[in-house]
Amino acid sequence: MSLNITVCIKPVPDPDYYDKITIDPVKKTITRAGIPTIINPVDKNAVEAALQVKEKLGGKVVVITMAPPNAEENLRELLAMGADEAVLLTDRAFAGADTLATSYALAAGLKKSGPFDLVFTGTESADGATSQVPAQLAEWLDIPHLWNVQEFEVEDHTLKAKMSMENGYINYLVQMPALLAVKRSINKPRYTTVMGVMKAKKKPLTVLTAADLDVEPERLGLQGSPTKAGDIFTPSLARKGQQLTGETEEIVEQLIQVLRGAGLNLESLNVNEAGRE
Amino acid sequence: MTTNGAGGIWVVAEQVAGRINSVSYELLNKAQQLKNQIQKPEPVVAVILGKGAEGLEQLSNYGAEEIITVFAEELEIYQNDLYVAVLQALIEEKKPSIVLIGATAIGQDLAPMLGARLKTGVAAHCVDVRINENNQMVAVVPAFGGKVLGDILCPNTSPQMATLKPGVLGKPVPLEKPAAVVTAFDPSAVLQEDQGRIKALEIVREEQTGVPLEEAEVIVAGGWGIGSRENWDLVEELARLLGGAVGCTRPVVDEQWVQSEQQMIGTSGKSVRPKVYLAFGISGATHHLCGMKDSGLVISVNKDATAPIFEASDVRIVGDARTILTALIKRIKG
Repeated sequence: MSLNITVCIKPVPDPDYYDKITIDPVKKTITRAGIPTIINPVDKNAVEAALQVKEKLGGKVVVITMAPPNAEENLRELLAMGADEAVLLTDRAFAGADTLATSYALAAGLKKSGPFDLVFTGTESADGATSQVPAQLAEWLDIPHLWNVQEFEVEDHTLKAKMSMENGYINYLVQMPALLAVKRSINKPRYTTVMGVMKAKKKPLTVLTAADLDVEPERLGLQGSPTKAGDIFTPSLARKGQQLTGETEEIVEQLIQVLRGAGLNLESLNVNEAGRE
Repeated sequence: MTTNGAGGIWVVAEQVAGRINSVSYELLNKAQQLKNQIQKPEPVVAVILGKGAEGLEQLSNYGAEEIITVFAEELEIYQNDLYVAVLQALIEEKKPSIVLIGATAIGQDLAPMLGARLKTGVAAHCVDVRINENNQMVAVVPAFGGKVLGDILCPNTSPQMATLKPGVLGKPVPLEKPAAVVTAFDPSAVLQEDQGRIKALEIVREEQTGVPLEEAEVIVAGGWGIGSRENWDLVEELARLLGGAVGCTRPVVDEQWVQSEQQMIGTSGKSVRPKVYLAFGISGATHHLCGMKDSGLVISVNKDATAPIFEASDVRIVGDARTILTALIKRIKG
């Protein structure tokens, strides 16, 4: 069994810097100057899942993204991690896409870049975090999918997979070709080796524009997006705080008073008034 | 779909193992609010799929004026191909103008799939929805871990869809209103067309230990600053002493100091609003703050005086989480 596996990834601004993001008050645009772009963290779990399937059953792993031209760097990183080929979909026509238009372009890119038995994505991106692209991509590709996958096995052309949910999970059988959106706990992505980086330089990275794809232009980008963005703002979380100071025992004593003031019945929890000195 | 529907404000109620998820009630309360803001009021309708469900009258109590039940053996366990086909058929027939879905694991899968089938827009994991002066639904959507909130509209296609995070709308309140009209929709024609691409085998429920975060009046939460699995026991012990629930941040889940990621609070975890929130060794990354900002009293302990958590706190203690936890536990035990 040799499988064609495609992984969809997204470069995102590094989540560790999200408190640095501001809004230009006049232009009403998001300012993210100086924030590094990284591979969306859970997308590395998706790549890891693909590599593990390939190592077990044989095949080829293609990584694909729809992003600005500088995403080549992120794709090279995944080639170094072990992916065999990379595809970058980049065109001004893709800009301003919501999840429906994004998944439409990705689907066209997937079809163009060859046959696939398995498609992996992460559950969500760190920046928009809509978690909608995996399901919508599967719809455009007309293949079954599962989202929030915490475990899976490939048996012949069938997947046995677990969809994680609040306080439990559901087991499914899914016919391939299929898409699985994996969650972070599914595996631990491998590190890139120096050898991997060397090899990555020689691996194919194809850049495709809208003209290369079999698409209806009105379904792309802003025009193809049924949702429209309105006002944006940064909510203030600031509270007027008081700081407790002193030795540890003094702080704890003040804290007990604060908790009592908030209506916590500490007496019923064995707080011994008599033993306070 | 591009025709403008006039068939109601719909809530897709969620049931798991026959029990209705409380996010359904939160959405019904919100649907009633939307009805009051809309120019020509439309009925609030709850749709529920499954094999059956207990307590349908609760949907009525929280705001449903009509309930559409779609009950069949095949729908007992959530299966996206079947659920989306049934909902697509119902929506195309009855043309609601708005469809609200809980941003649960099931809802977050179902809503975008349905949006793609209907070629309409879905605003994801919203923190609120309202109707604007043009009679359109405006969904408030967090991005960048909640640092930015944006309004999302769906002006040209119908229905207007949104998923809302459980817990963000606050505790649902029962409404005094007449009992809902219940109608049954027969899904057999839709189910016959299923291609059998996905088969749901079984649903497994995991035992929950302790107080659920959503219902807790007190939450004791810990982050990376707790330092070790051994120290984590102190967080658990304080929560037990205060009768509260245990919450955590992403690194704690990654380090496996907690057993279940269901304890994670933040944009990709739970949204909570306890009366008292105690944060130990939590720096206050944006995605965490977004999940706890609606708490009553926020008390935080961190050894870094510049930690962002302090800005969002009422009571601030600059100090070592382990030291304060140990002393507080000792003091409470007496």
